[in-house]
Amino acid sequence: MVSTMQTSIMNVETKYFHLKHDLLLESGEKLSPVTLAYETYGTLNDEKSNAILVLHALTGDAHAAGYHHDEDSTGWWDLMIGPGKAFDTDKFFVICSNVIGGCKGSTGPSSVNPKTGQPYGLDFPIVSIKDMVNAQSHLIKGLGINKLVCVAGGSMGGMQVLQWVASYPEMLKSAIPIATAAKHSPQQIAFDEVGRQAIMADPNWSDGHYYLKSPPTRGLAVARMIGHITYMSDISMAEKFGRNVKPEKRKQKFSPDYEVEGYLQYRGDNFVKRFDANSYLYITKALDNFDLGNGGSLEKVFKQAPNVRFLVIAFKSDWLYPAYQSKEIVRACKQAHLDVSYYEINSTYGHDAFLLEAAEQEHFIGNFLKRFYDE
Amino acid sequence: MNNNGKTIKPDHRVIFDIIPANSRVLDLGCGDGELLSLLNNQKNTKGSGIEIDELAVRKCAELGVSVSQLDIENGLSDYDDKSFDYVILNESLQQVVKLELVLKETLRVGEHVIVGFPNFAYYKSRLQMFFGGRTPVTRSLPNMWYDTPNLHFLSIADFITYCRDRKLTIKKAIYLDGNRRIRFLPNLFAQIGIFLIRNGGKDNKNG
Repeated sequence: MVSTMQTSIMNVETKYFHLKHDLLLESGEKLSPVTLAYETYGTLNDEKSNAILVLHALTGDAHAAGYHHDEDSTGWWDLMIGPGKAFDTDKFFVICSNVIGGCKGSTGPSSVNPKTGQPYGLDFPIVSIKDMVNAQSHLIKGLGINKLVCVAGGSMGGMQVLQWVASYPEMLKSAIPIATAAKHSPQQIAFDEVGRQAIMADPNWSDGHYYLKSPPTRGLAVARMIGHITYMSDISMAEKFGRNVKPEKRKQKFSPDYEVEGYLQYRGDNFVKRFDANSYLYITKALDNFDLGNGGSLEKVFKQAPNVRFLVIAFKSDWLYPAYQSKEIVRACKQAHLDVSYYEINSTYGHDAFLLEAAEQEHFIGNFLKRFYDE
Repeated sequence: MNNNGKTIKPDHRVIFDIIPANSRVLDLGCGDGELLSLLNNQKNTKGSGIEIDELAVRKCAELGVSVSQLDIENGLSDYDDKSFDYVILNESLQQVVKLELVLKETLRVGEHVIVGFPNFAYYKSRLQMFFGGRTPVTRSLPNMWYDTPNLHFLSIADFITYCRDRKLTIKKAIYLDGNRRIRFLPNLFAQIGIFLIRNGGKDNKNG
């Protein structure tokens, strides 16, 4: 049930985990050194048996919950992680790490290439969802954890959840993929490609070697604007903006007239302050290349994970990751005779619902996790 | 018998008694999951449900019952043949559009099927129809003609004839009027019929 007075964790710190070895990537290339930025919430019990790994989406980071001591905004899934919340930190030890290829503390294209002493840029190797998960597995083992109660995440986080099931089924008790897909549809690839083209069309992009110059902020902002459109729904935009006109007078003929235009520009402009354009290219490629069944059947993949229990969640107004993609995951679970629950939450938020629909998700996730807390 | 202090509905009790321990069970239109919870907890069954109603699936989650929020008319194709020992179709058959398809699919995915439905030929219904000239409203058919979820109105006699025509074996038939079992003229005196059926085969002795 919804608690109206929810508290957030104070003084959260990002920590850094350094892999002891090279990370062999799916492409065959090796990445070294590799650092993972991560945060933890709650307390790991003596048996190290109460850990949950949450996985972030395209532009997320390790800061999933609570406040950093010098900031006044919370982590990206603060509604869901904390005392008494869906991922209850009074019971569970929750971990979140930034993906490799990212730009929030984990090794990515903006990290320094040891061979040149300069940022990698496009010399950074192509990474996959599987590579991200492999890197995370080193972190989990490094924390002394052999088995996770659960891996959970929405969107790209959900893809990592599915990859965890495929790669490390023996390390998992349960999996919660939310608003996600086992592979991108052509429509999803198409939106990502428009975003990438916007970045690469910006003259500042300079084939990815912009770190010592001006970054391609216009291109990245446009990519983010396209993204935001796909994260909302027709209804949520109508509710939020209607056809409301911006109060200030337009500066020129094609300055934004409508609130929705201003909002997208604002979100785009803010995004470029916190995100690296090359990371956007690498991570969207990882999303598009992801195909859990590897062209074959998902059922076969899930048959290798007979003891993993699934909770699959989709949202009715999500047209970027439509419910049918979640139903495909559910169907494969059933054919592999896995224990699965599926809920299609009636939300108008579109794809963003996985970040915003706290009460409903808390009900389903909280009750699902009870099975493992009582054990 | 009770379930954490709650009384068990008479039809649930009948179905609970039919299903042996440790069975694989699918409950179609499982509602709030009470029957499945009872079966899983007391008979150690491996039971899951399909239910489309939003509030009902929330209840299932509270009871720790695995449920898929799907339409049973599309949801059955997810399962392989004979994935379950028992498939329950209680109070849901009369509400599906493609009844024959659902029944056929149910018999495909389950070894046995348990069908429970309100008997339209119950004597009180007949009296309301005959003397009142009205569409009957009874305990097992509680809705008015304009707000009923039921799409098909069938009697116990109808279902028995149907099974014979489709070569389905009726292995058990239990008739209820409230808590009471009805053995005499069930098509007249029972409000609810519960049938254990399976696809006809060599043991086909229509009951």
